Amino acid sequence: MTAPSPNHAARAATLVTFQLNGEPVTVAAPPHWTLVEVLRYQLNLTGTKQGCDKGDCGACTVRVDGAPVLACMTLAVLVQGRSVETVEGLGVGGEPHPLQRTFAELGAAQCGFCTPGMLMSASAYLDDLATRDAPTVDAVEISAVLGGNLCRCTGYTKIVQAVAVAAREVVERAQTLAEMSNDEAML
Amino acid sequence: MLRLPELEVVIADSLVAALTRLAEGRHVRALQGGTDLVANLKTGQTKAQTVVALGPLSELHGIDTSGEMVRIGAGERLVDVAQNAELQELFPALTYALARIASPQIRNAGTLGGNLCLDTRCRFINQSDLWREAMGGCLKSHGHECHVIPGGGGCVAALSADSVPVLMVLGAEVEIARLQDGAVLLRRTRVADLYDTDGLRHVRIADGELLTAVLVPKLPEGARAVYRKWAVRQSIDFPLVSTAVRLDLDRDGKLKQGKVAVGVLGPRPRLIPLDRWVGRPIDETLAQQVAAQVFDRCHPLPNVLYDHEYRRERLRVEVLRAIRTWFTPTAAAN
Ligand code: SF4
Ligand code: FES
Ligand code: FES
Repeated sequence: MTAPSPNHAARAATLVTFQLNGEPVTVAAPPHWTLVEVLRYQLNLTGTKQGCDKGDCGACTVRVDGAPVLACMTLAVLVQGRSVETVEGLGVGGEPHPLQRTFAELGAAQCGFCTPGMLMSASAYLDDLATRDAPTVDAVEISAVLGGNLCRCTGYTKIVQAVAVAAREVVERAQTLAEMSNDEAML
Repeated sequence: MLRLPELEVVIADSLVAALTRLAEGRHVRALQGGTDLVANLKTGQTKAQTVVALGPLSELHGIDTSGEMVRIGAGERLVDVAQNAELQELFPALTYALARIASPQIRNAGTLGGNLCLDTRCRFINQSDLWREAMGGCLKSHGHECHVIPGGGGCVAALSADSVPVLMVLGAEVEIARLQDGAVLLRRTRVADLYDTDGLRHVRIADGELLTAVLVPKLPEGARAVYRKWAVRQSIDFPLVSTAVRLDLDRDGKLKQGKVAVGVLGPRPRLIPLDRWVGRPIDETLAQQVAAQVFDRCHPLPNVLYDHEYRRERLRVEVLRAIRTWFTPTAAAN
């Protein structure tokens, strides 16, 4: 006869509720399941990729409370009450996100396995850029932003270019808005 | 797919509750960002039945720069410490070092306390279970011999935390909590005394204890520190060479005191005082002599990737480059 594990109760699945791409979801997550496993195998959101599964590649990058983190290193039970964004939530109303458009236009994906993670890291950078006073687009900064995302196909050049093109749109928009509010102030 | 073994996950709702569970023994581990522990549990190099998630504990949070000792909660994320404007002003070498740990995603989850407690690393242990099994294991997994120093005294896996050398030269301390008769008791120890030579358990924190904060004394006038890291890639990689230099100068620009700390040797980092050079001007001669001294005293081992003789030579060069920032304005400072 095997003795029951003293931790049996705590090892049973627990209900975890969080915001997923803006909508509340509740899943019964076993405590040793990571967020990437819950997303892919319970919620059928297979956009988030499972690459190395140990923090090396960034293929599993999702945003938790806005910050890009690795879903393979995050225990699912610990996202209780938090907001999770995956690549499935990037485009709005059937329209691709600007990054998805520039990635397609510039051919920034080959096999595409790294792409969802790249997009999530880059989308956080674009959101941050939009909050800056005098934003500028810098390829060195983009490389650093994508420093946790490996790509075995492209050689990165097109990816950095695609992010830069989308980032310039953000900067131009900010400049136009600033000019418009200056004009208003003069009226 | 690399799955976690079955685990009990406890979300600590108070420091007392966390310390109570941690006191049960080594099979209960503290979890912060999880960027080291989760990987080590997945590959089986760390065994645990329970992890205690510390996220909600307010005692582990906050950055307070008001006193002479700056207090940084151990649960502060690396990104928040690295980007803190006051800390960038007070300790640029520290924020520089933290901004170079791993990748943006890992700095968004990993914490300062987690980096101080990072497990030692070795090319024979940071592998899959299958790989290690095929090697016959080693002292740190299911085996009986160390492959780095066969027949040696123990595990010599490398301390690979970027924060440690710089905190050592800054004279930082850590605050460690434990329970006594139901009450939380705090002790303090210097970061320089926190590590042991046993790669199986190199952090001197007992079962039932928890690192709660890092305390860094403000630098006196004329003092500055520099951190230098070398790794193959600028991102993701653990350091292969890791060194911090601190020099305190008097009004005439002569050395009042100085020290060099070196990581990625064995499990214990090394602190080398520069007393021999007190009173000397900071110039190329001094830089060459100090770098030669560090080269003589430090022996990187074939424990992590890359040729250890190269890493030793590279350490000499990194110390040289660090000291040159004092007298060559164009040398990259931090
Ligand atoms: S130093 Fe030796 S015992 Fe320690 S992990 Fe490496 S091979 Fe194993
Ligand atoms: S799958 Fe998460 S980092 Fe590789
Ligand atoms: S496109 Fe194949 S890994 Fe990046």
